Amino acid sequence: MSETSDTVVPRASVFAGLRLTWTAMIAGSILLFWLVLALFGPWIAPHGEAEIISGQTFAPLGEGGLLGTDKLGRDVLSRLIYGVRTTLLLALVTTVVSFAFGVTLGFAAAILKGWFDIVVSRIVEAFMAFPSTLLALVIIGAFGTSITVLVLTVGLVLSTSVFRVSRALGYDIGVMDFVEAARARGEGTWWILTREILPNCMAPLIAEFGLRFTFSILFLSGLSFLGLGVQEPAADWGLMVQENVGGLFLGSSAALIPAACIASLTVSMNLLVDWFQQRQQGETVLEKIDQ
Amino acid sequence: MNDIITIKNLRIEGRPPGGEYVSIVKDVSLNVRKGEVLALIGESGSGKSTISLAAMGFARPGCRIAGGEVWLNGRNIMALSPRERHALRGEEVSYVAQSAAASFNPALRIGKQVIEAPLWHGVGDAAALTATTVELYRKLDLPNPETVGQKFPHQVSGGQLQRLMAAMAMSCGPDLLILDEPTTALDVTTQIEVLKAFKDIIRDQGTAAIYVTHDLAVVAQVADRILVLKNGEMVEEGPTDQILHNPQHEYTRTLMAAVRPAPHLVDHVDASAAQAPVVSVRNVTAGYGTLTILSDVSVDVPAASVVGVIGESGCGKSTLARVVAGLTPLRTGEIMLDGQVAAPNLNDRPRAALKDCQIVFQMADTALNPRQRISDILGRPLEFYQGLKGSARADRIGDLLELVDLPRNFASRYPGELSGGQKQRINLARALAADPKVILCDEVTSALDTVVAAGVIELLKSLKDKLGVAYMFISHDLSTVASFADEVVVLYAGRVVEQGPSRAVFSPPFHPYTKLLLSSVPEMRQGWLEGVADTREAKAASTGSVVIGAKGCPFSNRCALAISGTCETTAPPIRELPGELQIACHLPVEQLPLT
Repeated sequence: MSETSDTVVPRASVFAGLRLTWTAMIAGSILLFWLVLALFGPWIAPHGEAEIISGQTFAPLGEGGLLGTDKLGRDVLSRLIYGVRTTLLLALVTTVVSFAFGVTLGFAAAILKGWFDIVVSRIVEAFMAFPSTLLALVIIGAFGTSITVLVLTVGLVLSTSVFRVSRALGYDIGVMDFVEAARARGEGTWWILTREILPNCMAPLIAEFGLRFTFSILFLSGLSFLGLGVQEPAADWGLMVQENVGGLFLGSSAALIPAACIASLTVSMNLLVDWFQQRQQGETVLEKIDQ
Repeated sequence: MNDIITIKNLRIEGRPPGGEYVSIVKDVSLNVRKGEVLALIGESGSGKSTISLAAMGFARPGCRIAGGEVWLNGRNIMALSPRERHALRGEEVSYVAQSAAASFNPALRIGKQVIEAPLWHGVGDAAALTATTVELYRKLDLPNPETVGQKFPHQVSGGQLQRLMAAMAMSCGPDLLILDEPTTALDVTTQIEVLKAFKDIIRDQGTAAIYVTHDLAVVAQVADRILVLKNGEMVEEGPTDQILHNPQHEYTRTLMAAVRPAPHLVDHVDASAAQAPVVSVRNVTAGYGTLTILSDVSVDVPAASVVGVIGESGCGKSTLARVVAGLTPLRTGEIMLDGQVAAPNLNDRPRAALKDCQIVFQMADTALNPRQRISDILGRPLEFYQGLKGSARADRIGDLLELVDLPRNFASRYPGELSGGQKQRINLARALAADPKVILCDEVTSALDTVVAAGVIELLKSLKDKLGVAYMFISHDLSTVASFADEVVVLYAGRVVEQGPSRAVFSPPFHPYTKLLLSSVPEMRQGWLEGVADTREAKAASTGSVVIGAKGCPFSNRCALAISGTCETTAPPIRELPGELQIACHLPVEQLPLT
């Protein structure tokens, strides 16, 4: 194909040449919608985060507020809008923490190999052997329910799978000829990691980030539901489900709405990650193969 | 008309990811009669594989058949439904891919995979089919035809696997067999047995065949007619004899000129022995884990000269390069770089020692970081070894590109935007950026087309004259080594069996293994295959495989001249012959092969 090489699209960035599909478009729009609400929530929300607007608790849709009121007579819509900020920010910070742990240790294990790899891998496996919720319960139970403890705990629990992905990627890319060429040149470990290996791992790591982000939303919501996450009166979607679950018996939708919002966020994120991964594997995968 | 397949005005389009459809096969017509072999030849990108797939009515993902007709056994298969077309495949037309290793499922026994297609087509039950495949294995000259089906793919050699792949393709008794570069990945010695088996079975079954290759010498052995392709267009078509000896078209003549020249044609100025060697490998033993690959290897590379290292795959050629570069630490012995003992591990070597000895890898694709621009790839060694920065660095990058005959503006490109030959030139430029005394070239032309490879070799020669750099040139391609190297080392199973000035190595007397290698290089003459495949040497060589760590002479199990009782138990003595030639063999000098 030497003659046509002038027309080849350069693969400079991992995002280069990506074309949107309609699922990706819808998922992206939903995420964008939540992002805008998170940024401008206080100006959009009709009422305050913890403001009691009605004497009627568990008011149905349209009465009191647009989406009704919760167990204390607060506006569900307003708490939802404030809650997206907490939910997204916490998920983002925990995912970043899990990547800080996981990527550093994973690539270190892949490059240093030997005893370091063995020790770290066994510790990670020990962590993975516990059910993740149970592990978080134990740690939070021991250190108390502050936001810092929450973020570090969830970050640590999630970092185990980030570690495994990073380590596998590091091993795969680490034996490529261009890495060997850098070694033969006499490059140090840091240079090889940051210039040769990491740039070639970006696509799978970005996809992993998306998946961990989704998982961290679900995990944090779960902890909030158990009363170990975000504490009242702050608004958080998981917490809102827990607060209002009693209303279900009274026919209130106050618990269902935040649950649906969590679903919309995680499903959109997953769709976007799927689309990204498929695009990375090549446009042609989606083409109909004649057989 | 007894044509098995007729292709009329075939047009195929393909598109790069995100791009528009572009024409890749333009108006190609061909036909193959029963029992006839048509060869499609051309460089990569000429559309030869695409056309051969279209003969099954198949287009690769991202490609589409845009026009034309494909008639198989009197039916236009383009007009059939995908299901009907699927039913044809395996039964009327079948396909042998380049890499048999990638085509077999490593988890299933071979026999099960061979009869899979006939079972699917309902040709017979498993027991009856297994019985017929044994017959097929016998025709393909496979050892132990009764039991080979019980083995797993990793338990047989590469050449045997390629023949088993042919058995798989022949299992339904197809009318048309498509062979896509089936011997390109094999060693010359293995290629002979595979080619012979293919040719015999095609003749025996009266199958029509389309043989896709870029190797004209192979074509000369198997094809009745040749179709030359360039950029998806037909250049020339005719009987093998006419195309080989009287090509009409300019492009065909270029192809013929790039064909590997026959060995024995060297006449070098011998490198002066007085010069201190830039690389000196002394009694080196090395390996991975508990496996010993190299045992007691000694090689000197004099300054500004070319030392060729030849041998089949798995003989430790690449390991030798890695040991010299320090990538694989040696166990015993020592490496001298420019008169200084070099540390076994490259981390312990000073930067100046690393600079002097650069390595270029076989696979141009994987040796360049796909996420770095050419300017970064070439700029890093300049910065690292010479501290060049800014405009001095940019100028030098441009100069390096010009040195390897590429335009200066390639600096802003990514490796993905270059062709295979261009990538290999960048690899070479990266090695040159260090201003080394010696470059270790590990099969640098093996993955390239003949025409492109010839260009790279010319470049290596001119760089040697211009810059005075020395090469350790590792290759399994004898002709290239013969036309290029001043000295030659023949490796077998990690041991040096013969070494000396190339004129001495490539002229009699030979080590039996060198003789086998030399006689295995295909010649551009019809009938060569039949002549060579029946020799005693070729028969003996095809019975065994490379044994690492043999007690006696490692070649004894494949040697036609082996002295039983001696060769397999005692390591051979090194015989010093006139002209600084060394041969490790038990045979007395006067009994060594002469032709």
